[in-house]
Amino acid sequence: MVRHDCGSCHGLTLAGGLGPPLSVRALADKPVEYIEAMILRGRPGTAMPGWKGLLSDDEARWIAQELKRGFAR
Amino acid sequence: MSRNPARRVVFARLRGLIGAAALLPLAALACPDAPPRGTGDLGLVVERAAGSLQLVETTHNSVLGRIEGLGDLSHASMVYSRDARYAYVFGRDGGLTKVDLLCQRIDRRVMQAGNSIGGAISQDGRLVAVANYTPGGVKVFSADTLELVADIPSEYAEGKRAKVVGLEDATGGRFVFSLFEAGEIWMADLADPRKPVVTRFKDIGREPYDALVTPDGRWYIAGLFGEDGLALLDLWHPERGVKRILDGYGRGEDKLPVYKMPHLEGWAIAGRHAYLPAIGRHEVLIVDTDSWTEVGRIPVAGQPVFVMARPDGRQVWVNFALPHNDKVQVIDTEMRSVIVTLNPGKAVLHLEFTPRGEAVWISARDDDRVLVVDTATFAPLARLPADKPSGIFFTARAFRIGL
Repeated sequence: MVRHDCGSCHGLTLAGGLGPPLSVRALADKPVEYIEAMILRGRPGTAMPGWKGLLSDDEARWIAQELKRGFAR
Repeated sequence: MSRNPARRVVFARLRGLIGAAALLPLAALACPDAPPRGTGDLGLVVERAAGSLQLVETTHNSVLGRIEGLGDLSHASMVYSRDARYAYVFGRDGGLTKVDLLCQRIDRRVMQAGNSIGGAISQDGRLVAVANYTPGGVKVFSADTLELVADIPSEYAEGKRAKVVGLEDATGGRFVFSLFEAGEIWMADLADPRKPVVTRFKDIGREPYDALVTPDGRWYIAGLFGEDGLALLDLWHPERGVKRILDGYGRGEDKLPVYKMPHLEGWAIAGRHAYLPAIGRHEVLIVDTDSWTEVGRIPVAGQPVFVMARPDGRQVWVNFALPHNDKVQVIDTEMRSVIVTLNPGKAVLHLEFTPRGEAVWISARDDDRVLVVDTATFAPLARLPADKPSGIFFTARAFRIGL
């Protein structure tokens, strides 16, 4: 789901698209809590939607953690 | 060998010419193993994860082969050459690939940017333009050789380049495109390909996300993400500037989270009406293309991604973003309402009608399958396996402005 559905905007390889890259390096200075909040609430005024209608808090936290580690190819 | 030096020279030149002439047609025209066939019933299906294309034909609904090595096709689109033999595939990673459908192989390929979203072919078929996110701008290439002909950075302010979206061909050697962050539409005249003349239309609205050109090539319509409305440019009279249409169609209501941007294509026009996706709403908007006012809206099952008229304009088919992306709905344009809801598969990414519209091909990414459906009876006609299929493009696009 992360690769394909986040990938719509962030790229299948998470290298970026309409949205910024989500590589380990790109996220290096972002705390897990920040990424989790971004996933759940989005960024109003931009194209990033909040996914809390589709993802639980636990799922968003897991995605945030995996993004920081770099999703296994 | 002749004793006369002058004759020797002439002979050598003639031999050289004949040699070259014999080589050129063979390389350019013939595929030794391929039986002769037309290209009119051919198409390509993007396999988005594998970076490959499936070559398909719509007469017997079959797969003819696979072409590999196109890099990152996680967002890919394409246009066709004027002879409907080649596809120019625009890949997410900035790859531009010229694919030979008859020989089923890559003809040539360039990596022309870091991140790219789509492109267009000129009216005369000589130039292919690519819309780039990184670095922001448009690059124009020879359709024949893929040699770079022009580079138009989308610099809208000091040191700022916007992502280019909604790149479309217009008549008279023009390309028209929008700048996402800048809220601008640019029209580039490439009558002299090496010296593009750019006209900037500023303040056309917040965050244009895509655009279409009507089949007659007259109207360029950019959808806006940052506000409710669309921007309209009359390509017959660009001097009249850009007009806002359907302003405030959201009626002040909060929009739903937009999990996937809708896509605008020339397929949106059916008869004298345009059928357009509403952003953040479960609606398709109906716009009269004479008055450019809204004449109705149709409630649908989810947020529309593609809204596409069957070639005869009697039906409009719609697919959706998450979480409704397993459904497709069919709108009857006389009744202006949904007449059937189909479940073609999981993660329906794209639809494409056969040239005269008797069938539609639907990609279901998570079922690894393309479904072919009869548009009169809605019965399935064929199921073709495909690896994470996304876009489906038929050669009939070669003969249409804006596609």
